[in-house]
Amino acid sequence: MDIGWYLTVSALIFAIGAAGVLTRRSPLVVLLCLELMLNAANLALIAFARMHGNAEGQIFAIIVMVVAACEVTVGLGVIVAMRRRRLPIDVDELRELQG
Amino acid sequence: MNSVKLFAWLTLALPLAGTIAIALIGRKLPGRGAGWLGSGALALSFASAIGALVSLQGLEHDHRQVVAVGWDYAETVGVDAQISLLVDPLSVFMILVVAGVSTLIHLYSVSYIGSDAGYVRFFAYLNFFVFSMLLLVLAGNFLLLIVGWAFVGAASYMLISFWYRRGTATEAGMKAFVINVLGDVGLVLGTYFIFKHAGTLDFLTTFESVQDDFAYNDADLVAGCILLLVGAFAKSAQVPLHTWLPDAMEGPTPVSALIHAATMVTAGVYLIARMHPLFEWAPIAANVGAIVGCVTLLVAGSIAIAVTDLKRVIAYSTMSQIGYMVMAVSAGAYAAGLFHLMTHAFFKALLFMAAGSVIAAMAGQQDLDKMGGFRRAMPFTFGCMVIGGLALAGVPPFSGFFSKDEILLLIGDRGGWYWILYVAGYLGALLTGVYTFRMIFRAFFGEPVAQARELEEGHLHHADVHTNPANDEVEDTEVGFPGPEHHIAEREPTMKIAMGTLALLAIVGGLLQIPKVTHVIDHFLEPSFADSTLYEREPSGGLIAFGLVLGALVGIAGIAVAYLIWVKNPQIAVRARERLAPVHLFLVNKWYFDELIDLLIVRPAQWFGAWAQQTFERVVVNGLLVGGTTGVVRAGSSAVRAAQTGFLRYYAALIVVGIVAMTLYFLLVS
Amino acid sequence: MAEVLFFLAGIGAVTGAIGVVALRNPFFSVLALVSHLVSLAALFLLLTAEFVAAAQVVVYAGAVMVLYVFVVAYVGGADEPLGPQAGRGLRLVAASFGAMLFVELVVALLGTGLKAVDSGGPTLDAGFGSANQIGELLLTKFLLAFEVASFLLLIAAVGAVVLARRRGGLTAEEDQARYSAMDLLRPAYTGTMAEAVGRRAIRPTVPALPVAAEDDVPPGSEDQDEDR
Repeated sequence: MDIGWYLTVSALIFAIGAAGVLTRRSPLVVLLCLELMLNAANLALIAFARMHGNAEGQIFAIIVMVVAACEVTVGLGVIVAMRRRRLPIDVDELRELQG
Repeated sequence: MNSVKLFAWLTLALPLAGTIAIALIGRKLPGRGAGWLGSGALALSFASAIGALVSLQGLEHDHRQVVAVGWDYAETVGVDAQISLLVDPLSVFMILVVAGVSTLIHLYSVSYIGSDAGYVRFFAYLNFFVFSMLLLVLAGNFLLLIVGWAFVGAASYMLISFWYRRGTATEAGMKAFVINVLGDVGLVLGTYFIFKHAGTLDFLTTFESVQDDFAYNDADLVAGCILLLVGAFAKSAQVPLHTWLPDAMEGPTPVSALIHAATMVTAGVYLIARMHPLFEWAPIAANVGAIVGCVTLLVAGSIAIAVTDLKRVIAYSTMSQIGYMVMAVSAGAYAAGLFHLMTHAFFKALLFMAAGSVIAAMAGQQDLDKMGGFRRAMPFTFGCMVIGGLALAGVPPFSGFFSKDEILLLIGDRGGWYWILYVAGYLGALLTGVYTFRMIFRAFFGEPVAQARELEEGHLHHADVHTNPANDEVEDTEVGFPGPEHHIAEREPTMKIAMGTLALLAIVGGLLQIPKVTHVIDHFLEPSFADSTLYEREPSGGLIAFGLVLGALVGIAGIAVAYLIWVKNPQIAVRARERLAPVHLFLVNKWYFDELIDLLIVRPAQWFGAWAQQTFERVVVNGLLVGGTTGVVRAGSSAVRAAQTGFLRYYAALIVVGIVAMTLYFLLVS
Repeated sequence: MAEVLFFLAGIGAVTGAIGVVALRNPFFSVLALVSHLVSLAALFLLLTAEFVAAAQVVVYAGAVMVLYVFVVAYVGGADEPLGPQAGRGLRLVAASFGAMLFVELVVALLGTGLKAVDSGGPTLDAGFGSANQIGELLLTKFLLAFEVASFLLLIAAVGAVVLARRRGGLTAEEDQARYSAMDLLRPAYTGTMAEAVGRRAIRPTVPALPVAAEDDVPPGSEDQDEDR
């Protein structure tokens, strides 16, 4: 398959992930959609690594995975803390940082 | 040459050193040390002035205008500002008068202010005043003149409101200062007009080239001279800038004697005399000066007949006599005007000192209506008052007779419309005799009042409750109000010495310039006025004789009228007041000048201030400008703030939209 | 053969993605993401990135998703309603801009100057994408990134612990047990809310004095005193 196909798939998943971030109200699902976008980027990186014949893209993809893992950890920690303080788990309700 | 400059600088520096010394260590000196220190500094200054006189006379007749340059203060685009003194016969004359009379007044004050809580402050201020006046008189360029002028105004303010807890005194001080500032503005603007053509601030250079720089009666020169006259009028209390002088009597009597009789108010006369080349080349301005002087002497004389405050009578008398001097120097009779300045300093200071003594005997009361019969209780004061009064009224052989006569002689000699001034001058002399002896007869003749009787028995009257004599407000004797004790001349040797010296000078001072006999002052001042076309004049013998006789007659007639009205037949005064009630009211209210100024200037200024505060400040500044700009900023920021909704998804949407837009742009561009 | 696999994996990935976005129940979203990740691993394999594929399955689908499942179980995966708050308009914006984003990316792709995009890529050396190669690269060329990544993991772990630990409220329990000498010297209940509000100071339990004292008590305060 041409590399272009893989990149198209990556773009599609990225767009779907972006739409999901904008649409969903539960912060859990928002984080999941963020994961989608990160994965799309990963796919693009791997595709380009294949294209250049160079494994550096794959290293990049691994590091991205590490970062995603860290981000998920902290994000879920925040959600757990919110739950413990009995705050509503809804991004629309949490809007005190406003002008 | 060098000793002249040295003595000039010393004369100037000694009072300044006195001020600083008194200010710093005055409180630590025992008893009346501060007073002696001040008097000593001035005595040394007077000695130094004599030294300047002697060394100046040692120079060649034509070289008697010495410029002593201290240092260059600033030299910028065309403006040469130096600290330089002009030592010539005119300024030496002035410093002798100023330093001499000031020394005597300091001596007088050592006892007079002796029990006041602000004793040290008084002498510091007084020395500072003398320094300022000497600076004004010795100034060699317009810059120092203006500086001295301003200092003198400040010193006057400080001394008028010396008893600063008295409302009337502080108001009087402010009034004097504001009118003086008006004069300052005139002075500075006048300087500008002259500097515009002359290109230099130095006196001698300006005077030498005045006929080249300006046309005869040039508009700029006339404008400049009239503005200088505004300054002179404000300082010398001429109509219409005279309203501050009577109120300035709120200050202690030595202050009135020094500043408002002998020295500061003569600064205007000195100014016109110094600027004589300018005035002679712009006779329009000189005529204005002569007319104003004449008007003032009549107005002031008429008011003095009606007012009842002892010091205010003398104040109006001062105003009137300075009218004579201004008239004289404007008409070209420089030596005569300055001669009168000197004799006036002697007898007016003497009169004020004597008045101070009487007021002390009355425990602060100044109203003539409440005084009477002090003749037996205070013989020395009475004697001094009579001598001063005779000199003032112009009775031969006292000094005032010769000086006033000289002025009127030279004015008559000029001819033309100056005859009006001549007649007015003699009319004023008649008024002078009347009001002077009205004052003396009312205070010293007649039935002794309670305070006088107390004094005859040897006990000086003390008020139980100290009050402000003007409005009967109760006051105490702490700092800011007059002290608890009053001092009269009979009991204080220093006061006696000072008054005695002045009395002697008032008697013999006239000998310096007897027409056709002695010409001491004429010759002395000649180098200063060498460039004047009006200086050298020889009036006809007939006019001289006529003037002498008329002057003597008028003076004695005035005394006789006063005797008639106030001693012989007091009913005349009462009936006259009833029948001429509107006239009397007009005179007692000082020709309504205060009310006029209030109407024309004060009220509009107040209205403007109120308008500015309520309308302009509130609506335009706060509302439009401040409110407007803040409103615009607020509107802008609230428009921007609308983007901060707090919704997470909204922000995410903004990011996505942004990315899409940027990508679109880059796609299109490439 | 490769094409068939590509399309299968691709469709699986896209379906999983749509499932994440569209499913109401968060738990189902998590499951959809897991399937998406597995499909992605297949795509990685097709791109000869064996190690990354394995890491994806083991780390991502294995560890991270399990973490998600735990949290969903704790937080409660209640079906979320789509409320009126920025609801309809935002969905429209989301859909449209998502579509625009996709279109733009595709346009960029089609118009790209990268010629190699149209090919399947160069012939590779053996061992491309193997654990061997990845390991060598990580420990030589990308050592700094490796070390920083591990540091980042440490920070994240510490952060998670700090965020999620149990904490007391604003009142520290230890403050309430502090006594001082003043507590013994001053009258009881001084400085309390009751005193400040204006209720009479609670009388200590002393037998009431005879009649006169009783009269001092205003009628309303009797009740207040009793519910001390």
